[in-house]
Amino acid sequence: MAVKDYIREKFFPHIWCPGCGHGIIMGGLIRAIETLQKEKNDIVIVSGIGCSSRICGYLDFHTLHTIHGRALAFATGVKLSRPELTVIAPMGDGDAFAIGGNHLIHAARRNIDITAIIMNNNIYGMTGGQYSPSTGYGEFATTAPYSNIDHPFDFVNLAIGAGASFVARTTTYHVTSMIKIIEKAIMHHGFSVVEIMSQCPTYFGRKNKFASAVEMLKYYRDHTTPIGSKDKKNNPDLIERGIFIEKEMPEYCDEYDKIIKMASKGE
Amino acid sequence: MTKKKKMKPNIKREWCKGCGICVEFCPEDALIMDEMEKAVLAYPDKCTGCMLCELRCPDLAIELV
Ligand code: SF4
Ligand code: SF4
Ligand code: SF4
Repeated sequence: MAVKDYIREKFFPHIWCPGCGHGIIMGGLIRAIETLQKEKNDIVIVSGIGCSSRICGYLDFHTLHTIHGRALAFATGVKLSRPELTVIAPMGDGDAFAIGGNHLIHAARRNIDITAIIMNNNIYGMTGGQYSPSTGYGEFATTAPYSNIDHPFDFVNLAIGAGASFVARTTTYHVTSMIKIIEKAIMHHGFSVVEIMSQCPTYFGRKNKFASAVEMLKYYRDHTTPIGSKDKKNNPDLIERGIFIEKEMPEYCDEYDKIIKMASKGE
Repeated sequence: MTKKKKMKPNIKREWCKGCGICVEFCPEDALIMDEMEKAVLAYPDKCTGCMLCELRCPDLAIELV
């Protein structure tokens, strides 16, 4: 199938600003699903609120556009009732790690088979550029006009610490590896967290002196490096990308099923 | 035996928002922005069909055909 077979064309051109990274992530997700040859009917996309969460409107799968920070709560419900479905939750950085931070850590701890895609643009775009939990110390936002004094979360370390069994990071510049990582995350039987660094030229870019989306992509190209590379040793400030954790662990729906069987026998 | 035709980008002008990403990162400099700030394949002979413009277009405006 072609990309157009996976989208609701009547809503295009989409609402995202020129150069917004979220469109690149949507394209990557579509191509990963296309490669995996998943049936459209077997896929459920669950999003919360924010620029990122608009993705639900554009993708032609089963889609749930839910409430702020709660995508994973809805996704957990869907997955527990219909474990055979592929459940993917694309979320923004604030949506996933501020408003929905608790849902995220507990979904990770349970190891429920959901793919969480964090579209991390380091800002709240939809509401006008407020700083988010991934806005860096010293960076700017409409609510941090003199610079941000909060320190950002490292989403990868946080997800690993919470027990996610698949954790990866990539960027919108590195599209081909992004697609492969999303494929692996979807195939992984357990909770997967994929952080994708994504440009918001309109707010994060303007506030932080990036002239354009192109400049932001160049930044991702020049300031990231594959995990464990030589460059990282020479320049510890480089951000690592790739798959950090990929391990087998009992999956929540499987375990829940066992409990049901045990309990029914006990009658 | 017919030689397989190389795939080239087809750009949907109504969807292109002129971000310039495809133009900037085309490894062969085959694309340019026109006076309407829309991307066009100005040098089709340079294009190797690498797909990068299609994959990086935030507006899904490019399809290799
Ligand atoms: S405000 Fe930022 S995140 Fe939202 S659509 Fe525009 S560029 Fe994208
Ligand atoms: S990447 Fe897409 S939206 Fe941006 S200039 Fe090229 S065709 Fe237009
Ligand atoms: S397919 Fe590759 S070489 Fe051809 S225009 Fe696109 S980016 Fe350039």
